[in-house]
Amino acid sequence: MHPPSRKRDTVILHSRWVRYTHWTWTLGVMILIGSGWRIYNQEPLFGFLRFPVWLTLGGDYADAERVHNDFGLAAALLWHFAAMWLLFLSITVYTIYGTLSGHFRRKFTPISPRQIVTEILDFLRGNLDHELGERNAVQKLLYTFAVLCMLVMVWSGLVLWKPVQFEELGVPLGNYEGAGYVHFFGMAGLVGFLFIHIALTLLVPKVLPPMITGRALANTAKRAAGLDLKGGHS
Amino acid sequence: MSIESKLRDAGLSGRDVVDLRRRVFMQRGLSLSALTLLTGCDITDTKPVDSFLRMIGRINDGVQGALFRPHKLARTFPESMVPKEFRFNAQYGAGRVPIINPQTWRLELSGLISDNRPWSLEQLQSMPQSSYVARHVCVEGWSMIGKWGGVPLKTLFERIGADLRAKYVAFRCDDPINYSSSIDMASALHPQTILCLTYADRPIEPKFGAPMRLKMTTKLGFKQPKHVTSIQVTNEYPGGYWEDLGYNWFAGV
Repeated sequence: MHPPSRKRDTVILHSRWVRYTHWTWTLGVMILIGSGWRIYNQEPLFGFLRFPVWLTLGGDYADAERVHNDFGLAAALLWHFAAMWLLFLSITVYTIYGTLSGHFRRKFTPISPRQIVTEILDFLRGNLDHELGERNAVQKLLYTFAVLCMLVMVWSGLVLWKPVQFEELGVPLGNYEGAGYVHFFGMAGLVGFLFIHIALTLLVPKVLPPMITGRALANTAKRAAGLDLKGGHS
Repeated sequence: MSIESKLRDAGLSGRDVVDLRRRVFMQRGLSLSALTLLTGCDITDTKPVDSFLRMIGRINDGVQGALFRPHKLARTFPESMVPKEFRFNAQYGAGRVPIINPQTWRLELSGLISDNRPWSLEQLQSMPQSSYVARHVCVEGWSMIGKWGGVPLKTLFERIGADLRAKYVAFRCDDPINYSSSIDMASALHPQTILCLTYADRPIEPKFGAPMRLKMTTKLGFKQPKHVTSIQVTNEYPGGYWEDLGYNWFAGV
């Protein structure tokens, strides 16, 4: 007799590539936002806005002064341009995986405006039925928005990093100065996405464990199980 | 303009400001790193993390060197966009700006250079001059358009027989903090890299590095030292004031 396999009752909901890139992405974005806010504080784009230092990454002032003789700019820049690589690798892996496996095709398309309106209304009435492993239209819209924000951040980031070498890239964004604003609003969009993303996870907590273990109980993810049988579902 | 810059302009040093800020910060006693990362202590400036991040910074130096386009000129602007007064920015306050006598000032040359006799300001002024209106980009996040003129470093290097295959060009300065910096040879030979003698067609003021500063369009402002008194051509990594403190060495734009 074999001991009953726990795996028998579960299905793969998120492939390892989706999970690894989700969490490295999370770490990279946290570091980029924290250090980015510290860099922003050095020369605020808007007079009325400074980020509280305790929310930023770059060390406290005493440490920064001791090690870098500044207010944390050097440390923040070091973090920013290190996390850039983490995110770059993560995006590259995710893009290759997403394209080859069909993940993008399944998860991002198609989005019909009517579906979105219906589902938002449903959600407001409190009866949005979330099937694990399935994306409804609102989610598709939200994740598409997040991906667009990321593209905008990478694009404007390259222009801010290399306004001379990548001058041509900067033209559509309003060159170096425009890219600063685009980078700021891309960040704001991404932070907005993170708030909604985390809020929705708290509202439907059963979606969190599968993003960590990859697995969900078969009876909570019937449709996912069906898809899994077809193979390669994530 | 940041509070830091304002205080600096008022002649307060970074240390004065930090003493005040430190008290405020200690009361809060929190940082994102403490909240989110690994341990309860602040990991940003502990040695292993700092060394690791600086190691990645050196990888970034290599990537930036590969991205550098030797013949790509920075965008230039019409003269009408040149402000009369440029933004002052230094680690020391405006009250400590060195006043250097242009008559006795000399540019010392050393390292891989065949004719290393020192140069006077008059000699530099008699060389072919070049000027441009371009954007100056500061690591702090501000940028400003200005007009700078002087002797292309490449012209001087050809005249004095500098080894153009050497890796680094190092600069030393005569100012209150013994400022120094260094750049790669490819950027040194860029057509917009000049030994700058003028701003807006007039001799540069002491605040901006009189009698001579390095000006280039392909690197951040801290790579363009003011009050330069010596140039060295070398194959050994020279570092620099901010570079040794953890700012990225290549710092290209």
